[in-house]
Amino acid sequence: MIDLSVNIAGVELKNPLTTASGTFSAPDSSKFYDVNELGAIITKGVASVPWDGNPVPRIAETYGGMLNAIGLQNPGIDVFIKEELPFINNFNTKVIVNVAGRSVEEYCNVVEKLNETSVDMLEINISCPNVKQGGIGFGTDVELASMVTREVKRISKKPIIIKLTPNVTNITEIAKAVEAEGADAISLINTLLGMKIDVNSFKPILANKMGGFSGPAIKPVAVRMVYQVRRAVNVPLIGLGGIATGEDVAEFILAGADAVSIGTAALVNPVAMINIKNEFIEYMNRHNFNSLAQLKQAFQE
Amino acid sequence: MEGIVKLNNRIGSKIYSMEIEQPEIANLARIGTFINLYPKTASLLLPRPFGISEISKTSITIVYEVVGKGTLEFSGYKPGDIVKMSRPLGNGFTPCYDNATHVLVSGGIGIAPLVELAKHLPGKVIAVMGFKDKSFLVGKMQSIGATTYVASDSGSEGFKGNVVELLKKENIIGDYYYGCGPKPMLKAVSEYCEQINRPIQVSMEGRMGCGYGACVGCACKVKTADGYTNKKICSDGPVFLGSEIFWE
Ligand SMILES: Cc1cc2nc3c(=O)[nH]c(=O)nc-3n(C[C@H](O)[C@H](O)[C@H](O)COP(=O)(O)OP(=O)(O)OC[C@H]3O[C@@H](n4cnc5c(N)ncnc54)[C@H](O)[C@@H]3O)c2cc1C
Ligand SMILES: Cc1cc2nc3c(=O)[nH]c(=O)nc-3n(C[C@H](O)[C@H](O)[C@H](O)COP(=O)(O)O)c2cc1C
Ligand code: FES
Repeated sequence: MIDLSVNIAGVELKNPLTTASGTFSAPDSSKFYDVNELGAIITKGVASVPWDGNPVPRIAETYGGMLNAIGLQNPGIDVFIKEELPFINNFNTKVIVNVAGRSVEEYCNVVEKLNETSVDMLEINISCPNVKQGGIGFGTDVELASMVTREVKRISKKPIIIKLTPNVTNITEIAKAVEAEGADAISLINTLLGMKIDVNSFKPILANKMGGFSGPAIKPVAVRMVYQVRRAVNVPLIGLGGIATGEDVAEFILAGADAVSIGTAALVNPVAMINIKNEFIEYMNRHNFNSLAQLKQAFQE
Repeated sequence: MEGIVKLNNRIGSKIYSMEIEQPEIANLARIGTFINLYPKTASLLLPRPFGISEISKTSITIVYEVVGKGTLEFSGYKPGDIVKMSRPLGNGFTPCYDNATHVLVSGGIGIAPLVELAKHLPGKVIAVMGFKDKSFLVGKMQSIGATTYVASDSGSEGFKGNVVELLKKENIIGDYYYGCGPKPMLKAVSEYCEQINRPIQVSMEGRMGCGYGACVGCACKVKTADGYTNKKICSDGPVFLGSEIFWE
């Protein structure tokens, strides 16, 4: 029997597969598969007050990937705790809430309110490229990234994952800074900032003009960054970006990830989480690995 | 899920009708719901949503226009080919089973999901169909027993103008209205229905990511007491009451 379990900052996941933030809806996704099969649910970003999101179109397809400019539409933390969390708590899996904010105060407000709930961990999105007033500023600046991590850690009673943006020159610099401020884990990567223009109407496809690039096309960038960050910090890493198969999961773990998230692949195919899990188990069997540690240690350079 | 192509015929200049054999999907299909088709070309990542045009015991039919790479691929499918598809998604039309006058208003390919609807409506069915240039499915609607009116932007067929102008010109008054087509057309028809004080159900369009409620890509604004709230076209719709949409 293979042991797929992994411990992230004191929280035991039964397997390394988690849902990438913004690509999972508990009521809608659970109609297609058994959510109890997952290592953890990572929710869509929640802010201190409701956010309207960006105008439509918010989605564009690109070669082997997609762009999104959802703009972090969310009902706000109070409605989330009252109306969405009870349903999410029905599942026998760990719950990680993704937190969005336009200012340090807003992040802290959400984190404080989640202290009093049963959620297992928080993932702080300092990287969403969509929201004009915040997001990108925090994740691309060492000082700002350190400040958010410090303030959030001061308030939170839950383990904190800091989610990094790939839209930086040196990802290890930011990773080291947030680790130094006490981040319990790091997840990477968020979307790459991208753009698509319709050459027949001469206009950008997204109403927001630019959007976050995700899906299989970004995987090499994500693997490279997980590899670099693994060599720069000691905290557990959740790797994501373009995972679409069981072998992709193995690739991230070989690069240094402890767990993984799956986003775009699950939008394309509602049952992708389960298919990928089964393929990964098949991969582990094929190579006679009994644990994730064995797979990780098999990496050779 | 997989289905098998039974027929894939050209019924207009770039318009095709594809019947797909898939008993489970046929059984789950409801009027006005849609399916996602998955292109086999690996670089085309996202599913393509299509309204279900007709439902039979073991198959469904979609009617589609070739507008890009995905629909171009589908247009090449031959009988016997496998199609990758989702189960029926969304909430469709609620037919009013009154023995009344039902008016179906469409713009372009929006006529597709109204075909199955027309089959289930008791009383008089009037189809007011708008096209850019050439019409399609008009004979089909007549064979179901609908009285048809055609408008075209170019004037090449029927009335030159849009469907709202045609509704007014012919003084077509019904009890229940159903609409499907581009957003500006649905907005105009909904405003017209409000003026004449008749209910309308509209099937909204929008760019989708997942088609099942996970990505929030397909937002549409719905009225609330103090403004509006965002709903998802794919899982809350695609059919809404025209009067509940916060038209922009
Ligand atoms: C609920 C719903 C029902 C639909 N029903 C029908 C139907 O019955 N018949 C029909 O011909 N078309 C229908 N459409 C539109 C159809 O989905 C698009 O024309 C099709 O996806 C285009 O794919 P493509 O690869 O040929 O075009 P491309 O332009 O190459 O597509 C690229 C991307 O844009 C999206 N896209 C492009 N045009 C549209 C559009 N108008 N609406 C939504 N997404 C679009 C595609 O899904 C894809 O993700 C429907 C759309 C929705 C949302
Ligand atoms: C539609 C959509 C919405 C997203 N929303 C969020 C979000 O709210 N918070 C966040 O941290 N990341 C968000 N992301 C980024 C994903 O969690 C993930 O980092 C990225 O898509 C790369 O993974 P993938 O290639 O597997 O999709 C979103 C991505 C998509 C496609
Ligand atoms: S298309 Fe993804 S939520 Fe509607």
